[in-house]
Amino acid sequence: MDIKVLIDYLPLYKEALLLTLKIGWLGILAALVIGIAGAAILHFKIPVLKQIFGVYIEIFRNTPLLVQLFFIYFALPKIGIKISAEMCGVLGLGLLGGAYMIETFRSGLESIAKIQTESALSLGMTKGQVLVHIILPQALSISVPGILANLIFLLKETSVFSTISLMDLMFTAKDLIGMYAKTIECLFMLVVFYLIMLLPVSIIGSIIERRVRYAEFGD
Amino acid sequence: MSELLKVEHLHKEFDKNVVIKDMDLTVKKGEVVVIIGPSGCGKSTFLRCLNGLEEIQGGSITVDGSLVEPKKKDIIKIRQKVGMVFQSYELFPHKTVLDNIILAPMKVQKRNKAEVTKEALELLEKVGLSEKKNFYPRQLSGGQKQRVAIVRALCMHPEVLLFDEVTAALDPEMVHEVLETMIELAKSGSTMLIVTHEMAFARAIADRIVFLDQGEIVEETDKVKEFFDHPQTERAQKFLKTFTFDE
Repeated sequence: MDIKVLIDYLPLYKEALLLTLKIGWLGILAALVIGIAGAAILHFKIPVLKQIFGVYIEIFRNTPLLVQLFFIYFALPKIGIKISAEMCGVLGLGLLGGAYMIETFRSGLESIAKIQTESALSLGMTKGQVLVHIILPQALSISVPGILANLIFLLKETSVFSTISLMDLMFTAKDLIGMYAKTIECLFMLVVFYLIMLLPVSIIGSIIERRVRYAEFGD
Repeated sequence: MSELLKVEHLHKEFDKNVVIKDMDLTVKKGEVVVIIGPSGCGKSTFLRCLNGLEEIQGGSITVDGSLVEPKKKDIIKIRQKVGMVFQSYELFPHKTVLDNIILAPMKVQKRNKAEVTKEALELLEKVGLSEKKNFYPRQLSGGQKQRVAIVRALCMHPEVLLFDEVTAALDPEMVHEVLETMIELAKSGSTMLIVTHEMAFARAIADRIVFLDQGEIVEETDKVKEFFDHPQTERAQKFLKTFTFDE
């Protein structure tokens, strides 16, 4: 392996990492917002919206991100909806992640027994107070492992962005290999950069996970 | 003594399944009423109606002069007057013992934190748990959890306390500590409605016994000892017999 090649390519990879992170985290932010809103809609069985979100979840959980991106990037312009590649990445990741996040948040909400609500109500709390002080803190801490798994999954899925010509890590590596045929160096750096991106998430995540254990049930 | 709780012609059903039919009951201030009866007779459901956790299909419930209506905004005020202790404790697992107790007084009654904390610690001291104030519920035994749940209800200064089979989930040696706490409360003049399967305890604490079967009051008497020794109705006789064994 040629160390000089590694050093030469470093700036290109750094740039690609920043773009991947930018789109990845914007998409994840969108996914979290969709997730919380959707989980609340499904949990409180809000009519009409509940059905719409149900269909949305099934569509996005049962098609690959690649297909979703192609649809948004190549099919939608044919009917006049034109979106930039970056926006398309954020949108695709947000919608896919949203479908997963909804289920994660919802399983947290649903794992809190109804009698917890009743016990809070019997102390004179309003439904809003019960949600804020009793249900959400417990539901969120139960959802944390699932949320973290989703985060890592979504950040890894960004590698598909290269197919809509976003200059992310995957695209940069493929591009460089195509031009200069330094296959080993390029792929080695690709692995290292994905680890740079994801290891901190894993490590910080498991620290957070341990911190929120206090909300666990059990005698 | 004044009437604190008045139940008239209460009718409750789940999907056409009648659980309580045409029930009347009056509880005066300071009275301890124990409700007994076979499983599924409607005891727990009856308690849950009293603080509006269940909707009723007929009749009326009045607490301290106000009508209990689960859908109305007033229910918040009524629930503050009616404390409830559950079989499964239902402490909030993400909060410490102290935070469990002071949450509702602060958020619901908007009381000052220092003042509520002081009262909470005094009450914990009374039930022998002041050193557990910073523990989480999962670190406590069942009996300790239940005493914390009682303190949590007391800290709201309720007019009447409902106890729904509060020792049913406890190990035998922990039953006693919880029942002792309740007997202390009764002595201090609290108004209490107790659903229990502990007959010796019922006999010791009750001012009045209500025997419920299939959703109706079969026998109701303030001659507590006489009820346990010589129940008047056949159904009560049969029920009490299930607690004794031939030698």
